[in-house]
Amino acid sequence: MATPSTVPVDLSAALVLAPVPLADWLVVLPVASMIAFGALLMMVRKSVRLQGTIAIAGLALLVLLDAGLLWRVMVHGPVTMVMGRWLPPFGIAFTADLFGAVMALVSAVVALAAGIFALTDIDASGRRYGFFPFLMLLMAGVTGAFLTGDIFNLYVWFEVLLIASFGLLILGSEPEQIDGALKYAILNLIGTTLFLIAVGYLYAIFGTLNMADIARKAGTLRETAPLTTLTALFIFAFAMKAAAFPVNFWLPASYHTPRIVVSALFGGLLTKIGIYALIRVTVMLLPVEREELSLMIAVSAALTMLIGALGALAQNDIRKLVGYLVIAGIGNMMAGVAIGTPAAVSGAILYALNSVATMTALYLVAGEAARLAGAWSLSGLGGLYRRAPWFSAASFAFFLAAAGLPPLAGMWPKVVLLKASLDIGAWWLAASILVSAFVITLALGRVFLLAYWRPLSGPAPKMPGEDAPAGDWRIVLPLGALTFLVVLFGLLPEPLLDLTQRAATNLADPAAYILSVFPQSAIERGALP
Amino acid sequence: MEALFAILIGLFFAAAVYLLLSKHTVRMLLGIVLLGNAVNLLLFTTGRLTREVPPIIPTGMDQLPAGTANPLPQALILTAIVISFSFFAFLLVLTYRAYQELGTDNTDEMRLAEPRDEERPPMGY
Repeated sequence: MATPSTVPVDLSAALVLAPVPLADWLVVLPVASMIAFGALLMMVRKSVRLQGTIAIAGLALLVLLDAGLLWRVMVHGPVTMVMGRWLPPFGIAFTADLFGAVMALVSAVVALAAGIFALTDIDASGRRYGFFPFLMLLMAGVTGAFLTGDIFNLYVWFEVLLIASFGLLILGSEPEQIDGALKYAILNLIGTTLFLIAVGYLYAIFGTLNMADIARKAGTLRETAPLTTLTALFIFAFAMKAAAFPVNFWLPASYHTPRIVVSALFGGLLTKIGIYALIRVTVMLLPVEREELSLMIAVSAALTMLIGALGALAQNDIRKLVGYLVIAGIGNMMAGVAIGTPAAVSGAILYALNSVATMTALYLVAGEAARLAGAWSLSGLGGLYRRAPWFSAASFAFFLAAAGLPPLAGMWPKVVLLKASLDIGAWWLAASILVSAFVITLALGRVFLLAYWRPLSGPAPKMPGEDAPAGDWRIVLPLGALTFLVVLFGLLPEPLLDLTQRAATNLADPAAYILSVFPQSAIERGALP
Repeated sequence: MEALFAILIGLFFAAAVYLLLSKHTVRMLLGIVLLGNAVNLLLFTTGRLTREVPPIIPTGMDQLPAGTANPLPQALILTAIVISFSFFAFLLVLTYRAYQELGTDNTDEMRLAEPRDEERPPMGY
């Protein structure tokens, strides 16, 4: 034991001594509340009814918290809170900037919609096996990944949401699910392991894991350190998480097997986390290296969107079809990352926001269509337009949004991305965005033709599961709310375009982000290693 | 010491990738264990391998002396070990269950979710 030092230690150099302002707690509250609700739901696992009520209340609270956080970030700029009062870079920092906050809010809205839909889709045994606790933990992982300011912490949130997703994926334990889950689990585990390798090398190079600190130091290390190799490793790991070509094959193997609500959550949220991390690391932390690798990303992006669109055209099962649409969307977002100008990145962010809502809605539409018409395949579906005209109108809105046709919200990100790619003269990237959108229009047009307009011969066979009467609020409300969002932001895109533009500008020049983690005084005092 | 470890880690990675390329799930599981350990060793090595200088800040200094092993990667490894251990436990059960349900451990024959003779979408009404 060393003798206690007689010199008084200046704690203010290493610790936050002032109490944290109440409003700053908003940064961790979304994650903390989700973990708390997850624990609470584990306690009431047996009472099937109570679970649904508590879970919906929790998700509504998450929406409110994320909305409050987004408002605060919009007004005051990035907000940082450190764990255990240790000043960054020693403590783990949670930093919410516009990009993270807006992604967290959209994810929360979509999770609430899916949670309400789940009240009909998940039966009593599914609830006893813990659907709602897993959903809460999944949202804790998703929100944590969006709000953390520490790259190893990002890895931990990836694992949290991955474990929760395993639980959701095998809910029901049917042989198809086991088959899909095995491939999903092994390939995603390898993906996160690659991410961990990259984090290890990053720490060896930078000596820090705090994202703001990395962004500050990247300029000085560029001459000596193998940063391009490191960036390539990160891109590979995140491309695997996002299901970009050529590492996309786990998605069509697994996403159609679980309950439809689970597919909806996965299709909406999980791949976008990969895109989020890709944008965060390559655009904000290592922009020069991203520029060097941009051709590779662009080729992968173009192939991803074409493979996704062609795959969608070849599917008979509508769940698999939507899975390929998710992949095609990933290609579009990666195109934005490949181009890398603030305009292109804002297009990618806008696309991600739109894709979170649209892909979730499409899976829910597929589930409702199958419930009404008693089949998952295009050859079995039919007569939906006659049976449910309002549902058909909502589906049509989502189809237009997914294909990127006006006047729905899906058009604007494609326009922004097209303009950005033409601005730098990447005509082939622009062409593949257009061709992909055209093929998706064909695929979805055929779905509408066959499943909605084609008259059904004979009575519809019954699908297993809890029977919900027509016009059940648990189905109308989520689909109606998502339709409203997609139409609203299609007609009035200005606020969202502004927001993503600001988010992308802040990523390209992260001065505000760095300042929020290291207030000026800390930089002057040189309290950093 | 670091050079020796680099070779060892390379061997671990090579063996892990070889096993992961197998069609049989049991070998893939062994590959995942090796991969996890390769990553842990890699993290360990990034923090410098030495026990000559204890990681204690001497009086009158505000930094660790030069040549100390960085203790942070060791903390990262602890996290990674816990995570990979729990994942492995889950994967073991999942693989066993897959063997029971699907009757094979050959991934080429696990085609329930993606059947070989999948129907094409209808060409017309």
